[in-house]
Amino acid sequence: MADCTNRSDVRLLVTPFVPAEELAAFTAQNQEAGGIVSFLGQVRAGDSVEALELQHYEPLTLPAMEDLAERIHGRWDLAGLLIIHRSGRMNPGDPIVLVAAAARHRRNAFAAADFAMDHLKSESWFWKREKKSGAWHWVEPREQDFEDIARWG
Amino acid sequence: MPLDLVFLGRLDEVAGGGKRSVPLLPCVDAVVDSLEPRLREAIRAPKVKLAVNGILLQDTDAPILKDGDEIAFLPPVSGG
Repeated sequence: MADCTNRSDVRLLVTPFVPAEELAAFTAQNQEAGGIVSFLGQVRAGDSVEALELQHYEPLTLPAMEDLAERIHGRWDLAGLLIIHRSGRMNPGDPIVLVAAAARHRRNAFAAADFAMDHLKSESWFWKREKKSGAWHWVEPREQDFEDIARWG
Repeated sequence: MPLDLVFLGRLDEVAGGGKRSVPLLPCVDAVVDSLEPRLREAIRAPKVKLAVNGILLQDTDAPILKDGDEIAFLPPVSGG
């Protein structure tokens, strides 16, 4: 069983992380993989957003992210999978989420990273609010996120 | 020991805080009934989910509550 647990690195962070360092470490751990696909989501600058805050619920959020990682491994043959997600307060330009999938063949890596992001965006236990002109507003679910997830059947 | 209530997302604002303790009541419906009308209404809105001690309740679940239980009220998620 031990070799299964090493295939996923899933983390929920309440402090900033450096995507380039995480990706370098992940790449070094997956040298047998022919391809690594990564996605970085960051707080969008502009739209007069001054800050973003993500709220999570400890008993649900990380366990659901770990379940997602397991589902992804069940669906694609991957050498490794990295999912790092921030919670707490962030500023424009700060990284929010980093997903990386390492695989022998690139299509598995592309698909796995895409699937991970669609499911994190629409199903994960995060509540988001934005600060605009000094006032906080809760962000409601986006229709586009549900359409994205529906692609996977 | 009382019950711990946790309000996530916009419910945090409606409740005036993310957490509160209330006296033990036998079931979730009784707890919700005991809350102020505005909060009660926000919790009963469609798509608000509940978890007791970190376990998501299904529609028909009606657990018997005990001392120290934590009930979380979860509005629709806004995504990562």
